[in-house]
Amino acid sequence: MTTLFFIEHANGQVSDQSLKAISATSQIDGDVHGLIVGSNIDSAVAEASKIEGLNKLMHVDDDSFNNILAENLTQLILNISGDYEYFLAAATTTGKNVMPRLAAKLDVSQISEIIAIEGPDTFIRTIYAGNAIATVQTSDPKKVLTVRPTAFKSAVMGSSGCEITKINAENMPSISEFIGEELTKSDRPELTSAKTIISGGRGMQNGENFELLDKVAEKLGAAVGASRAAVDAGFVPNDYQVGQTGKVVAPELYIAVGISGAIQHLAGMKDSKVIVAINKDEEAPIFDVADYGLVADLFQVLPELEQAL
Amino acid sequence: MKILVPVKRVIDPYVNIRVKSDQSGVETENVKMSMNPFCEIAVEEAIRLKEAGKAEEIIAVSIGNQSCQETIRTALAMGADRGIHVLTEEKIEPISIAKILSKICEQESPGLVISGKQAIDGDNNQTGQMLAALTDMPQGTFASKIEIDSDKVKVTREIDGGLQTVSLNMPAIITTDLRLNEPRYASLPNIMKAKKKPIDQKSPEDYGIDVTPRVNVLKVIEPPKREAGIKVENISELVEKLKNEAGVI
Repeated sequence: MTTLFFIEHANGQVSDQSLKAISATSQIDGDVHGLIVGSNIDSAVAEASKIEGLNKLMHVDDDSFNNILAENLTQLILNISGDYEYFLAAATTTGKNVMPRLAAKLDVSQISEIIAIEGPDTFIRTIYAGNAIATVQTSDPKKVLTVRPTAFKSAVMGSSGCEITKINAENMPSISEFIGEELTKSDRPELTSAKTIISGGRGMQNGENFELLDKVAEKLGAAVGASRAAVDAGFVPNDYQVGQTGKVVAPELYIAVGISGAIQHLAGMKDSKVIVAINKDEEAPIFDVADYGLVADLFQVLPELEQAL
Repeated sequence: MKILVPVKRVIDPYVNIRVKSDQSGVETENVKMSMNPFCEIAVEEAIRLKEAGKAEEIIAVSIGNQSCQETIRTALAMGADRGIHVLTEEKIEPISIAKILSKICEQESPGLVISGKQAIDGDNNQTGQMLAALTDMPQGTFASKIEIDSDKVKVTREIDGGLQTVSLNMPAIITTDLRLNEPRYASLPNIMKAKKKPIDQKSPEDYGIDVTPRVNVLKVIEPPKREAGIKVENISELVEKLKNEAGVI
């Protein structure tokens, strides 16, 4: 059996999320082939070819793949799908966009965002935003899986590259078109991949006060998040939201400021390695999951925290 | 143009999830159920398109047990025109849901299908993409903005690190993300009116779809519990602990 792994890249490098997710393939028997797409991406291709455990790398060198359309990437993978038993990608917005389309074309169920591999057909994944953990076994002959990157350690780079072959993009459907991209220009990391996150809740009182969090985030190289209460109150936009209906995060350090700790919010951050809670209400449920709790007025201690860092 | 909106009944997002002691799943008996929040956003968007004169009819579809009728009624009370309920007691997977929906698309020929990006129970995030594959329609997943321009639809998508805009030939499938809109509450008069709106009852067999699960859930357990840690007195103690004890800064 052979595994096909779709490798993402940005700025000439293999993405962190792909590097983590691809290490899941080491727990599946057989060869692993990588697929990487885009034009003028020689440095990313060279790097990808050195990922330990990768036996072969296929590269589509085509302008039309500089921006990925689900319709086209699915067709591309289908074109080469014959010999593969496993199809994996990181559970990024690209992986989530493409892999279910591929699974349906192959007439199989997809197993989404696996966090561990138990056996050739048995996988562990979270459901209910991490409030329950399911072990599932598929009877489908081909397995289409997305992998939650935070659940795996980055793959190691070998010293020499594997065989690289170029493949062509044939039979591409033309039912969709890329118009543009607007990437958030920020020196701060993105919420779902940040190592440190500082989030504010209703206790922040208004949007202007989020500047207090920004200043701490600046010092820590952290991303800034928010609870649903803060988003609903209009303090910050919806894409800040950490929680069951927002983003599910698992950073090394999560600092919850003025957040009471509603179930909704806990579901989105309780897998963080270290949790700090700052709240003036010592009964707040957030303290039940916090490694370090500080009962204090956030307006007094946030500037102190910024100073101390 | 018709818009098809699949809606799913799930445990209310504000209810505490309890895992059954026999590890067979999550307790759903006597638990408050609601429409999946992403499906609510999908219903709302369809209604806004209808209000803007871009669509004539909104069809809400739900697949599941008898109680799914309530979820369809909620969509009708918000402003959908009619419902289709595909009755099944089977625990149905996204691939089977997508197959049933693709048959409904054949019959109804909607110009758009708007669905939630994922349901907050299984967290699969598959059905919309699978439906797009089975119908060979283009897909605009994780949408935060939708603009219809004659026979194309421009979808702004929430991607890791920002936004991406794609233009899709219609008919197309769109899945909703949080920022697309804020769903309305159904007014009492509209709730009353919704009781008179038609709901067609069907079965998976009517569509010739075998819904036998392919994925067997072996067990469901609670995640490891977090122990409450310690309280610190002040910021300098906190920073010291984070540096020297936890090693995270």
